[in-house]
Amino acid sequence: MSDGTAQREEAVVASPPIDWLPILLTVAVAVIALPLIGSVSTWVTLTVAALAMGMIIFIMASGLTLVFGLMDVINFGHGVFISVGAYMSLLVLRPLMGWVDSPSLMLNIGVLILCIFVAMAASGLFGLLFERVIIRPVYRQHLKQILVTMGGLIVIEQLLHVFFGGSPITIALPYNFRGGLSIGPDTIVERYRLIAVVIGVAVFVAMMLVLNRTRIGLLVRAGVENPEMVEALGYRIRRIFVGVFVAGSALAGLGGVMWGFYQQTLTIGMGLQVLVLIFIVVIIGGLGSIGGCLIGSMLVALVANYTAFLEPKIALVSNIALMLVVLMWRPQGLYPVVKV
Amino acid sequence: MLSRVISGDGPRSPVLTAALLLILVVLAFAPFLFSGAQPLNVAAKICVFILLVASYDLLLGYTGIVSFAHTMFFGIGGYGAAIALSRLGPSWSALALGIVVAIVVAGLLALVIGLFSLRVRAIFFAMITLAVATAFLVLASQLSGFTGGEDGLNYSVPESLRPSFRLLEQPVFGTVVNGRIVTYYILFFVVLAGFLLLLRIVNSPFGSVLQAIRENEFRAEALGYPVVIYRSIASVVSAVIAAVAGVLLALWLRYTGPDTTLSFAIMIDVLLMVVIGGMGTLYGAVIGSVLMIIAENYLPAVFGKLGAAAAGIPFAPLILSADRWLLWLGILFVLSVYFFPTGIVGKLRALWQNRKGGAPQTRSARAEHEKE
Repeated sequence: MSDGTAQREEAVVASPPIDWLPILLTVAVAVIALPLIGSVSTWVTLTVAALAMGMIIFIMASGLTLVFGLMDVINFGHGVFISVGAYMSLLVLRPLMGWVDSPSLMLNIGVLILCIFVAMAASGLFGLLFERVIIRPVYRQHLKQILVTMGGLIVIEQLLHVFFGGSPITIALPYNFRGGLSIGPDTIVERYRLIAVVIGVAVFVAMMLVLNRTRIGLLVRAGVENPEMVEALGYRIRRIFVGVFVAGSALAGLGGVMWGFYQQTLTIGMGLQVLVLIFIVVIIGGLGSIGGCLIGSMLVALVANYTAFLEPKIALVSNIALMLVVLMWRPQGLYPVVKV
Repeated sequence: MLSRVISGDGPRSPVLTAALLLILVVLAFAPFLFSGAQPLNVAAKICVFILLVASYDLLLGYTGIVSFAHTMFFGIGGYGAAIALSRLGPSWSALALGIVVAIVVAGLLALVIGLFSLRVRAIFFAMITLAVATAFLVLASQLSGFTGGEDGLNYSVPESLRPSFRLLEQPVFGTVVNGRIVTYYILFFVVLAGFLLLLRIVNSPFGSVLQAIRENEFRAEALGYPVVIYRSIASVVSAVIAAVAGVLLALWLRYTGPDTTLSFAIMIDVLLMVVIGGMGTLYGAVIGSVLMIIAENYLPAVFGKLGAAAAGIPFAPLILSADRWLLWLGILFVLSVYFFPTGIVGKLRALWQNRKGGAPQTRSARAEHEKE
């Protein structure tokens, strides 16, 4: 082998080419929707709303897809961490009602951050327990994984019932996050959605930095590609995995807080409901791929919002239709994770 | 002769045989053994669920794929009968049309889902069926003009199935043979026939291929069995039988709604019944259904008493209340997946095998070799 080819191969390994097609597809969906919708201001409103929703979905879905990519574990209990996160925010909201209704921006932000902190800590802790008790005995057995994680989901859901009661709970947004913000002629964007976008982007950037710029991230990415090799090089893949699992659960908790405020109603079943959406997202994106997860979330949210505006009846099945179309095009999802 | 009827697949445990015979006799004579509506309702529900759970076991236990869309096919059967009977009037021809349409729709839908998701990875199947079933549930509760929405559909059944109908002038053993009892026996015999058919299927060469796929997908493929085709056929057969069970339930209840057929709670019940009874044995479906439905109908009262007794301890009344029995079932479910993967039937068979001195040939033993 000549030096030239070796160098070229090295270059290829260092930076795999980005597959632009799915990104273009997402942009194309938005562009095609514009003439169908007709009005620019409506389109902007719908698109920004969809981006916000997509960000929340991404936060909730990223943990699931990473856990699958790293350890080949499919966690049907992921949805319940979302419920756990959402309900944990009640622990903050109930005693701090004054902060929520206060016109002071600082107190509003403070209460949101506290909610997020408590929710992430609690769902991360639940994740640690869940990995230990439920998942560890069933590595490499998909059938049992599906069954026991489903069982775990039932148990934790029932525990939430015990502590919080079964009836839906309405929660109020902090004072300054209510209502809309005019960003142009006839174009109003809900303030909370902007916050969701900000938090979503922050999470995405943080995740990308950790995954691409730190040693831990390197190990995680290597683990997704080839776990045995990482193990052979002397790293304890189990520990990395537990860390990723806890981080994924904490992200689900964060997503739960965001989703709870977004809907302003908490129900025990909310996690399971949104789990279905998350599954669609990770299947579309390609199980195990973070980039695919983001693109999948955006696509799902955009299509859902546009169809809900254009033809509400179709919106009920738009996600499924989108998934079928994507799977026909790329049966492994948009960004298939190639396993060695 | 008897061995042919059950396709040579006996219970292989005297305790199990006794239990199954008892269940068969009680179900066969239920209208004459018990008085009042409640026991007969329970018996009818047990019949329907035996068929539903057995057809699910064909997928989960024999083929090794998890589907969350089984209640969707159950619902298609129920709604098929319900829509036909409420639109076209309570006639046998309307019912027949509803059944045919339901079976065709269920079969086609199962085929499409199977071809789409089983082509890639078996794990997709679980996720995609969950998504499709949820969408179906939303559709059924939204398209209220067609399905009656959240309220569901009430309808009349054909004349000879109504309570006012008398098959015989004289009471038999003190029980008036009315249309309800006729309906019950239709249920009973359809379920019996369906169950024997399923036994036939799993003990046929086709059933052996399914089990081969469950044990080792790649080896089955390498031996020349197209895995996707076999899995899809299994999924279609199971969907069609679930639709038949749905029709039976619709006939019995004279009402079909999202809560009786489509809800996720029923899907979880079915999962629990299969796992607790024993995956990969159709008799497990019988045991699981009987235990679960009896527990569902009579345990809440027990739990209520326990909760009242534990009133002094914090949270104990909440955990022991009648509404929380799913919590205990969930724990039981997880424990049984770990420690009794072969369920009650597998346990009983292993016990008998041990007593006879033979080596226990359980699924957990075989699972040692199983590597996905």
